[in-house]
Amino acid sequence: MDSANLLTAVAAAEPNAKPREKADRAAVQVPVGNLSALMKRLRNDSTFAFDMLCDHTAVDWSEQGTFELVYQLYSTVHGHYLMVTTSVPRVSPIVPTVREFWRIAEFQEREVYDMFGVLYDGHPDLRRLFLEDDWKGFPLRKDYTDDFMLERPE
Amino acid sequence: MSVHITTLDDRVRLRQDDSSPLSTQEYFVNMGPQHPSTHGVLRLVLKLDGETVREVIPVLGYIHRGIEKMGEHQSYRQFVHLSDRLDYLSALINNWAVSMTIEKAANIELNDRIQVIRTLMAELQRIQSHQLWWGVFGMDLGAFTPFLYGFRDREIIADIFEETVGARLTMNYIQPGGLMYDIHPGFVKRVKAFLQYFKPKLAEYETLLSGNVILQERLRGVGRMDGQTALSIGATGPVLRASGVPLDLRKSEAYGSYGKVAFDVVIGKNGDCWDRYWVRLEEMRQSMKIVEQLIDNIPEGKHMVMKPAVKIKLPEGCYYNQVETARGILGVYIVSDGKESPYRIHLRTPNFNNLWAITETAANWRLGDLVAILSSLDVVVPDIDR
Amino acid sequence: MTGITENIWQAKTVAQRAAEALPESVWFALGYMVLGVVGVAAFIAVLGMGLIYAERKIAGHFQCRLGPMRVGWHGIFQTVADTLKLLLKEDVVPAQADKFLHILAPLFTLLGTILVLAVLPMSPIVHVSDVNIGVVYVGAVSGFGVLGILLGGWSSNNKWSLLGAMRAGAQIISYEISATLALLVVVLFSGTLRLSEIVESQAAGWWIWRAHGVGIVAFLLFFIASLAEINRTPFDIPEGESELTAGFHTEYSGMRFAFFFLAEFINMFIVAALTATLFLGGWMPFHIGDFAGFNAIMDMIPPGLWFTGKTAFLVFLIMWFRWTFPRLRVDQLMRLEWKVLLPIGFANLIAAAVVVLFNFYFFPVR
Repeated sequence: MDSANLLTAVAAAEPNAKPREKADRAAVQVPVGNLSALMKRLRNDSTFAFDMLCDHTAVDWSEQGTFELVYQLYSTVHGHYLMVTTSVPRVSPIVPTVREFWRIAEFQEREVYDMFGVLYDGHPDLRRLFLEDDWKGFPLRKDYTDDFMLERPE
Repeated sequence: MSVHITTLDDRVRLRQDDSSPLSTQEYFVNMGPQHPSTHGVLRLVLKLDGETVREVIPVLGYIHRGIEKMGEHQSYRQFVHLSDRLDYLSALINNWAVSMTIEKAANIELNDRIQVIRTLMAELQRIQSHQLWWGVFGMDLGAFTPFLYGFRDREIIADIFEETVGARLTMNYIQPGGLMYDIHPGFVKRVKAFLQYFKPKLAEYETLLSGNVILQERLRGVGRMDGQTALSIGATGPVLRASGVPLDLRKSEAYGSYGKVAFDVVIGKNGDCWDRYWVRLEEMRQSMKIVEQLIDNIPEGKHMVMKPAVKIKLPEGCYYNQVETARGILGVYIVSDGKESPYRIHLRTPNFNNLWAITETAANWRLGDLVAILSSLDVVVPDIDR
Repeated sequence: MTGITENIWQAKTVAQRAAEALPESVWFALGYMVLGVVGVAAFIAVLGMGLIYAERKIAGHFQCRLGPMRVGWHGIFQTVADTLKLLLKEDVVPAQADKFLHILAPLFTLLGTILVLAVLPMSPIVHVSDVNIGVVYVGAVSGFGVLGILLGGWSSNNKWSLLGAMRAGAQIISYEISATLALLVVVLFSGTLRLSEIVESQAAGWWIWRAHGVGIVAFLLFFIASLAEINRTPFDIPEGESELTAGFHTEYSGMRFAFFFLAEFINMFIVAALTATLFLGGWMPFHIGDFAGFNAIMDMIPPGLWFTGKTAFLVFLIMWFRWTFPRLRVDQLMRLEWKVLLPIGFANLIAAAVVVLFNFYFFPVR
């Protein structure tokens, strides 16, 4: 499916999903409550058949006070891409895990937890991935500081 | 809500079964971070039952440098340098991945010369990477000689790179908007000489290692992973193709000059170590085929369509782009807020995803098989940790 | 006094000479004994260095490089320098190790090799002691090596070392059976356990070809099983550098590591020498039955050279294997022994018995 058809199909499958603006490929935005259901549909429905979770990461929109969680999906059956995003408040970032749909999510989610402190509901083994277990803070948050940080040029 | 944060200590706690006085005990062993066959600072915590591996727990972060955080403080041009340091064996392809994402976002059109040279360089890099892997693979299985054979042949490509790029490992050659320098006048001649040289050497690789009965015994049927598992674990590159999934971005996306050349996507049947071995050897042949088709047809033109001093600012938005490195799909995700440096830059590295295949495939094989499986996944640790 | 100087070129072992000198002078007897002991010790040191140099050079040339080139002409003093370095290095004993056993283990390993060297007939005159149960003695004494390896691995208190030691124990004990079975074939042929008599029994032709295929099967069995016994590639799983870091000697450094290292190389020599003695005639020249003319020409080459040549060839073969083959896996190694080599060994032994019973050799001598 090309990206326009894909977006229509996703919108039909999940009415709460809205197209995400300013993306270079088919992208939808869903409320966090609908994420699990949509992902299940995307994984198992043969019209979508997204059998590969290419990438999962987060973006810290500190001014809006949200984390945007980004899932890059790819289907080897149909050869189409879809970017799924969802936003969670920075103060209580809890998202359902998608580990049961893609095995790799377990580890990608651990990385996001490690770097952003996003908590995954139902994750079997949520612990730091790169940093030590007793590390303080979450380095990729915009407000993270330590003594060795560089300033961002304006 | 069932968010439960664990630690490594929780993970490596043994449940002692004292029901029988004859019961055996499983034990944990640290393989790495300093271990000859983890090739770098990868640490695997193994749960062993005698010699049999019951569980593999990779523990990462020994070479975590925070490249993504650094990227947020650097201009786009500066970030290309950092991409060299991910998977240093496909440095050029990493450069290309970042450059291509930036070019697509900034709508920079490239001429054919740049595309062809990039493709050539990427394929040479792929051959070079697979040569090194072949040598190391032999060494991990206990045959030391392949290691030096691999390095001997790799040296020639390194010399070709050195002539044009000036560097042998971390190239930083492919830039947003073109190439750092034009190719060296002797480039075409030397690449042709290399192709002449390497074809019989590849046959030599086969006689030295592939045909060996011990090697076949060690690899066939070991560490099987079917296509569905491989996709679910997000494995890409030769690891995925060995499991029979013909996913190759060079074919499906046809970026660079890949649309103009004929080559086959090599796939395996069983997804065992032998298939992963064979797929990589075959890929070297395919890469040589690509180089052969392009080397005589480098079009004229400029090597840079954009002055190096021009500052790059991407329009607001998010951009995701992927290329096929020697080890799989490298994805670059850039979120721009319109400033000179990215608001967020994330790298989807092939080795990060490939590594976890070890947790699926190594269970219930022997310690020696674990080494073979790990080596057949061909992980480069800095690429995992970033 | 004159008797001793005249006797020097007679085919006698050092032990015999000492016994003969004893009535004449206690000092001469003692001198011979010291000669034997010092000879073996010096031989081990020199041979070890020579073999290590050879291995590095051969490996270098197999791998399209030159090997050591810097210290002396073509790096000839490289191993001397390395030995000095190893001797001067700090001897680290891990804090959690069993100190006594940790220190003892390399000595055990080296002891096994020294004791075997004492009975090897290298030529009619270079032979320290001729034990009447030589073959049995060799089998028994070479078992000391595994004791050292097991102790070393266990006392290091390191899981990798322990794994290596356990692998070594299982492997060496298993393969000893096949080696012994192959050895028994030669004992059947020659009708003696004495190594010097085994050599002399091959005056009409070496056992490897004189017994209609039985000899060569026994030779292959013995060679393969011995390779496994001394942990050389493709059977080097107790060390398994890429699997167990260094196996049983992970925790050894300096001189004690050098002992293990030396023992490994001397063992390689012993296997080659023993194989040459049992199957390739030892110091016996290449004879074909009663072709006296041909045999006379062959006799012009001194026996010491024959022995050296055969042993060197086998040593080269062992090194060749090492730089070509990958390593077997633990269970494959065990399968090879118990399911392949052992049945062949038994069948071969029975075949050998039939050959001996019907005196069915090429050029039967008896």
